[in-house]
Amino acid sequence: MSYFDVGEAAVAAALDAGARYADARVMHRRYESMDARNGEVEDLSSTESAGIGVRALVGSSWGFYAVPDLSDSAARLAGARATAIAKASASVAGPAADLVPTTVSTASWASECLIDPLAVPLSDKGDLLTHATKTMREHGADVATALYAVWDTRKWFVSSEGHRIDQHVRECGAGIQATSIGEGETQVRSYPASRGQYGTRGWELVQGLDLLGNAARVADESRALLTAPQCPSGETTLILGPEQLFLQIHESVGHAIELDRILGWEAAFAGTSWLDLSQLGSLRYGSDLMNITIDPTLPGALGSFGFDDEGTPAAKRYAVRDGIWVGVLAGRDSAAMAGLDYAGSVRADGWSRLPMVRMTNVGLEPGPHTLEQIIAETDDGIFMENNRSWSIDDKRLNFQFGCEIAYEVKNGRRGRMLRNPSYTGIGPKFWQSMDMLSSEIEYWGTPNCGKGQPTQTGHTGHPAAPARFQGVRVGVRA
Amino acid sequence: MTDVEQITGQVLDLARRALPGGEVEAAADSVHRALTRFANSFIHQNVTEDSVTVQLRAHVDGRTVTTTTTLTSPEGLTALVDRTVAAVRSAPRDPGWPGLSGPSPLVLPGQVDAATRDASPDDRAARVRAFVDAGQGLETAGYCQTGYWAGAYRNSNGQALHASATTADMDGIVRDRGADGVSRRSGRALSELDGAALGARAYAKATSQRDPIDLPPGHYEVVLEPEAVADLLTNFAYYGFNAKAHAERRSFAEPGTTQFDDQITLYDDPRRPFDVEGSPRSRLVLVDKGVTSALLHDRRTAAAAGAVSTGHGGDPSFGPMPDSFGFEPGDATVASMIAGVERGLLVSDFWYTRVLDPRQLALTGLTRNGVWLIEDGEVTRPVRNLRFTQAYPQALAPGRVLAVGAEAVPQPSRVFLGSWTAPALHLASWNITGGAAG
Repeated sequence: MSYFDVGEAAVAAALDAGARYADARVMHRRYESMDARNGEVEDLSSTESAGIGVRALVGSSWGFYAVPDLSDSAARLAGARATAIAKASASVAGPAADLVPTTVSTASWASECLIDPLAVPLSDKGDLLTHATKTMREHGADVATALYAVWDTRKWFVSSEGHRIDQHVRECGAGIQATSIGEGETQVRSYPASRGQYGTRGWELVQGLDLLGNAARVADESRALLTAPQCPSGETTLILGPEQLFLQIHESVGHAIELDRILGWEAAFAGTSWLDLSQLGSLRYGSDLMNITIDPTLPGALGSFGFDDEGTPAAKRYAVRDGIWVGVLAGRDSAAMAGLDYAGSVRADGWSRLPMVRMTNVGLEPGPHTLEQIIAETDDGIFMENNRSWSIDDKRLNFQFGCEIAYEVKNGRRGRMLRNPSYTGIGPKFWQSMDMLSSEIEYWGTPNCGKGQPTQTGHTGHPAAPARFQGVRVGVRA
Repeated sequence: MTDVEQITGQVLDLARRALPGGEVEAAADSVHRALTRFANSFIHQNVTEDSVTVQLRAHVDGRTVTTTTTLTSPEGLTALVDRTVAAVRSAPRDPGWPGLSGPSPLVLPGQVDAATRDASPDDRAARVRAFVDAGQGLETAGYCQTGYWAGAYRNSNGQALHASATTADMDGIVRDRGADGVSRRSGRALSELDGAALGARAYAKATSQRDPIDLPPGHYEVVLEPEAVADLLTNFAYYGFNAKAHAERRSFAEPGTTQFDDQITLYDDPRRPFDVEGSPRSRLVLVDKGVTSALLHDRRTAAAAGAVSTGHGGDPSFGPMPDSFGFEPGDATVASMIAGVERGLLVSDFWYTRVLDPRQLALTGLTRNGVWLIEDGEVTRPVRNLRFTQAYPQALAPGRVLAVGAEAVPQPSRVFLGSWTAPALHLASWNITGGAAG
């Protein structure tokens, strides 16, 4: 019995029990991770997880049931249970639910992977992490850490509409971090991002990072930060490095354009959005330089796939075009409820979790400048790099970010290092102040986006480049 | 013998045969988790998960590997052992291995409520219906969850434990023209959740926020309701008493030192009677009348510190964390706290709090679900949400705690089977750094 057959048995049972629509995902995932600390491996773990999750729609009410048993009988029971749960939902029912049409596909898709990360010897991986952390310790870090993580996921999706799609997604990433501890405070430097860099690629991604080559610099900078002057307080011109800007995009654009948030479905837990659907197509989100795309087709980015977890084919569309809000991240039911004609942004982090609206690759299109030009054209400002903390209100408007490091920019040149940099603002006002944007786009990956109940961890991608913003409040103090 | 005991026995036998002389441990967790979620006053998500997760850890020739699977057929368990054997041969060396736990009995029993274990989607929907009805036509959102856990642990050092427990949680808001009121409750039994009472509290909070004002930044005296105090517990739990962070000088905690006001007592009272390393757990007081009295240990941090594990093994890279953390209640009421404030804030809830510096436990975050101005002992006006930047230990330092509420409310935590139990607090100062509007 193939996994497609398992899924189809579940869907058939759901329909027999009274569902008007049903789908099933069989997922098999292998996960491997290693953490090193101060020259030694402190955790090496590998996980294998497989099971089936079934969605059933009865009237306007949904039910979902998941079980790790992939036998025919268990699949049929799962389908029937999902339908029974949907019937219970109907006791507190909402407006009529429908699904926007999608292409019914019979297809396979696999992400590009040159070097299978699970085939790389553990000893080689361990050597990389332990050597990097030893180097950071030798350069003065009090705590030196390194990690890698690998996900190898196969999915088989079937629906009562006739979908039959299998996908093989391989993701991996790695990073290093040095912490220096002074009198009453800690300073951190990370490479290449605060939690590492990730993509839907093989081990070649990790090889390209050159963790060892950056270990000494990272540690030196964490020590230097302990005695650097404090980031000043006030309003100034702010230049953000791409590793910080990708998180700014994630928090203040990506989550804000999630249609389930806009519709209020996440109101109690994740929050809502400041965006009002009546303004879709007319609201000014940012300056003319701001072009944000939703694009799961980007090769190698962490939010890439062939089909989402409702079977909708991957497709590029704009979320913000020339500064105007024009698109949302949607699922088939949320799109139908909002009167939109597209979906394609629904995923679950495992077989036991309900697929929900998730960022794919949400990021900036390139601007006309370079970072060198941006700095050269700035008389007085601050350049901040690498995220250290992030906080944003439940409507995704008011944010405050802390960065690991900053530099003065005076008369077109990068100056002194500054410690404890932070900036705060309101999303649309901030994005409207963007007056320079670099062409140096990189795809950044976030493997730890939390959303939903029970909480799910999403993998999202974010094309980003350095950019400049005017009149930003920096240096908020405790 | 339960299913999870049988599974751990099978895995341990297989692993001992495959790795003679090695140290091996097996754990299995069976979880039934059902969550009925509502928004816009209807059930928009209704999920149930039945899963069994098996973990095998092996330490052989100075190398350690942890493997996990959800495949519990004989073939799946054999594959788990084969994978472990293959990995441990090429794994990097692990000089910090603390050894396995030895035979020791449970201190706490698990508590199972049969009605909660067997709760149906209709049982949860009835609580949701009651909450929605209490919203009196206003928009409502939230969830009702029931869960059952059965776990077993066995190792080659002779330790063998098993237990089971139930949990029931409800969390909801009522929305009045964009202003939200919240209420939350966690218990061991579904019967502890009163959807109507929770909805009524949220309704009252939501409808008292019309025409809010903006306030300037500054240091404000505050009365924090239990929902807001639960956020303090979250951050103390993860960063404050973690022995790994302490050993690396990343924590403010200094055992034996008076670091809090003498009205503050903090404890962990776990529902899950043993951890993933097979260490029995018991009620642990971490702050005793203002004095930091203990740290949380797993086997690695305990070995390094010459201490014993407190049963808080979990993520070895992050370090030990509690999952049922609480404040001991005091003797004040929220009304008496408000009556004692000349000018200050009543804060319902905190949101998106993030650590700026772990050693100071300095955080930024926002108010959510209601904040009100208190003047001359009375709540006078609702206030728009505010951003704060505050060192949490500083806010609870000696002399800074003006009163502790008499009712400690158990609330859902981020951990399945966990809870935060918090009373209201009256604090002398909270550092507001800006408004959420700009």
